[in-house]
Amino acid sequence: MSDQTTPRPAQDAPEPPARTGSGADVATKPSLVKEGPDPGPQPAPERRRLPRLFPLHQVHSLGLLVVLVLLGVVGTASSGNFLTSNNIVNILTSAAVIGVITVGQTFVIIGGGIDLSVGAIVAVASVWCTTVATQSYGLGGMLFTAVVVGAVVGLLNGVLIAYGKIVAFITTLAMMASARGVAERLSDRQSQVVTVESFNRIATDKFLGIPLLVYLMAGIVVLGWLLLNRTTFGRRTFAVGGNPEAARLAGIAVRRHTMLLYLLSGVCCGIAAVMLTARTTSGASNLGNLYELDSIAAVIIGGTLLAGGRGSLFGSILGVLVFTTITNIFVLNNLTTDIQEIAKGLIILVAVLLQRTRGARSPA
Amino acid sequence: MKETGPTAVGRRNMLLGAGALGSGLLLSACTSNSDGDADKANVKATTAASGSTPGKHVTIGFSAPAADHGWTAAITKNAKAQAGQYSDVSFQAAEGTNDVNAQISAVQTLIDKKVDVLVILPFDGKALTAIATQAMNAGIPVVNLDRVFDNSLAYRTWIGGDNYGMGVNAAAYIIKTLKAKGVSKPVIGEIAGIDNLELTKQRSLGFKEALAKAGYSVSIRQAAAFTADSGQQVMSNVLQARSKLDAVWNHDDDQGIGVEAAIKQAGRSEFFMVGGAGSKHAMQEIKADSGVLKATVVYPSSMSASAITLARLIGQSKGMGDLVEQEVPSSITLFSATVTKDNVDTYLPTSFT
Repeated sequence: MSDQTTPRPAQDAPEPPARTGSGADVATKPSLVKEGPDPGPQPAPERRRLPRLFPLHQVHSLGLLVVLVLLGVVGTASSGNFLTSNNIVNILTSAAVIGVITVGQTFVIIGGGIDLSVGAIVAVASVWCTTVATQSYGLGGMLFTAVVVGAVVGLLNGVLIAYGKIVAFITTLAMMASARGVAERLSDRQSQVVTVESFNRIATDKFLGIPLLVYLMAGIVVLGWLLLNRTTFGRRTFAVGGNPEAARLAGIAVRRHTMLLYLLSGVCCGIAAVMLTARTTSGASNLGNLYELDSIAAVIIGGTLLAGGRGSLFGSILGVLVFTTITNIFVLNNLTTDIQEIAKGLIILVAVLLQRTRGARSPA
Repeated sequence: MKETGPTAVGRRNMLLGAGALGSGLLLSACTSNSDGDADKANVKATTAASGSTPGKHVTIGFSAPAADHGWTAAITKNAKAQAGQYSDVSFQAAEGTNDVNAQISAVQTLIDKKVDVLVILPFDGKALTAIATQAMNAGIPVVNLDRVFDNSLAYRTWIGGDNYGMGVNAAAYIIKTLKAKGVSKPVIGEIAGIDNLELTKQRSLGFKEALAKAGYSVSIRQAAAFTADSGQQVMSNVLQARSKLDAVWNHDDDQGIGVEAAIKQAGRSEFFMVGGAGSKHAMQEIKADSGVLKATVVYPSSMSASAITLARLIGQSKGMGDLVEQEVPSSITLFSATVTKDNVDTYLPTSFT
């Protein structure tokens, strides 16, 4: 079975019936090689299939939780304003946009790819939804346009990578430049202020004192977690990222699956663009600047292997929260951004070093 | 977005605005401007006798950074629109770039084309000094726009904004307002732009030093990145850091869109804010007087139009209309006017979108 390449506990659950909609219709007969030329002689390697008492990435997430708690202690000690409900809500809201992007990025990276174009997709989706006259179609038109633009750009990435066989790094690098160029072109480099009040309320409305944005992020994280850990689609993602050759032999339509992962990332960016546009009350070609690096950093410190095949969505979100909390603490104490950048860099390094030590110990 | 030509009022106000720039370029046979948009207002034909009468034909080469921000976009538009006002000027603009190397090549190309005068807003003044010097040595006068070259041999005339003055004037407005309100120990916030830019340092220094003279200091200062996105993020955290603020200076009106959004989302209104640069959106907010934004200090994007006018005068070996000098001065520093509800109508036409 394809699952054998995934080192996750979920693998012993029987493959559920198709229900993910997107990728589930793929043939699952192990013997059926659906696509591509003859993959080569060797059979699916099984060296990763070893019993594991406690999945290491969960230990990693636990570590991140500890980091988060420590940050909480530092924050509380350094500023009386840290542990107020207002500030906690502020941290969560700040994490919302990048959190949603990171959900998509996590899927892509577990699936063995990378998406450098997320920030640019956010920009082009935001500009499209505010500048290309869609404000006149009101809330619905803006929501629809942003998500569709995100999906289309993501799909384009996916098609180029999966069927055009261009390396993901290069494809999304090219998309990063050209999508931002398109955004600049469309907006004439002007910030377009959103005049649709119902749209801006996405960022201001609250339920039980918590902004809608936070619920939105939480909902997408839960959906993402279910998709990754409880569905065929999720298991295939691990399989494709862990060993695409084996996944192909196991009957997974690897190319189609890869394409869908980038589509998923694009959709996440479209949703994030809606959130960011509402938050900043404007669409501009410079929105989402450097979000690709922030999301990749969060995924990596969350314990996902950059090489693919292993990872945790929960860890990624903790990663986002760690970065957002650091920023918050720095501002609360009126410290300059340069030290903050250094701190972020160190955290990424330490996280990767930890991964490496674990990698050395683990049989993979 | 499209607008028709300037109204009579707009034109008069524009002239008032230009008067504040302290240069004698103005007065107008300013007829109309079909081009619409922000540039319309920044168009000033030159004065009476000597200036505006068509003279020797001048080819002006223009090079500026990429138009990736409201202000830089306005710079290029305004220069082009101004050149279009003169029948005796041809305008050769190089593609804007934020790559120093590419800008050097662009200027080199303009030199090779043997333009009569060069107007250069360098992405990085130091890095472009050598090529500008080369142009001067080749007999092409260089009008240095805003970001200053490293060496005065590299340019014939410098015209640009006053970043230090922006800080000073923002502080002056804040001091005056706080004194009027009788606030004794104010909590003053500052949302700066990109911290490693010289212009940001100058703005902050002017702000700090002017506040100090009144016995005030900045209580919290955080840098954003000149985008609505960064402004929103930084401001939302700053609002958590200080549960009560009295005044805030935000360096840039583009990032101000995000800063204002954060303030509205946090439901805060106990303080007032001063903006920077002078965008149309900010001026409209000031005029409406519905939020915390009460003033903005201008960093005129019309300076590129003035630079074209200067370049033409230099090319024709003329002086500046109302000045007694036979020649164009070697340095002109623009004034960072403070725009409030009282005078916003004067400045709205020269705002950038």
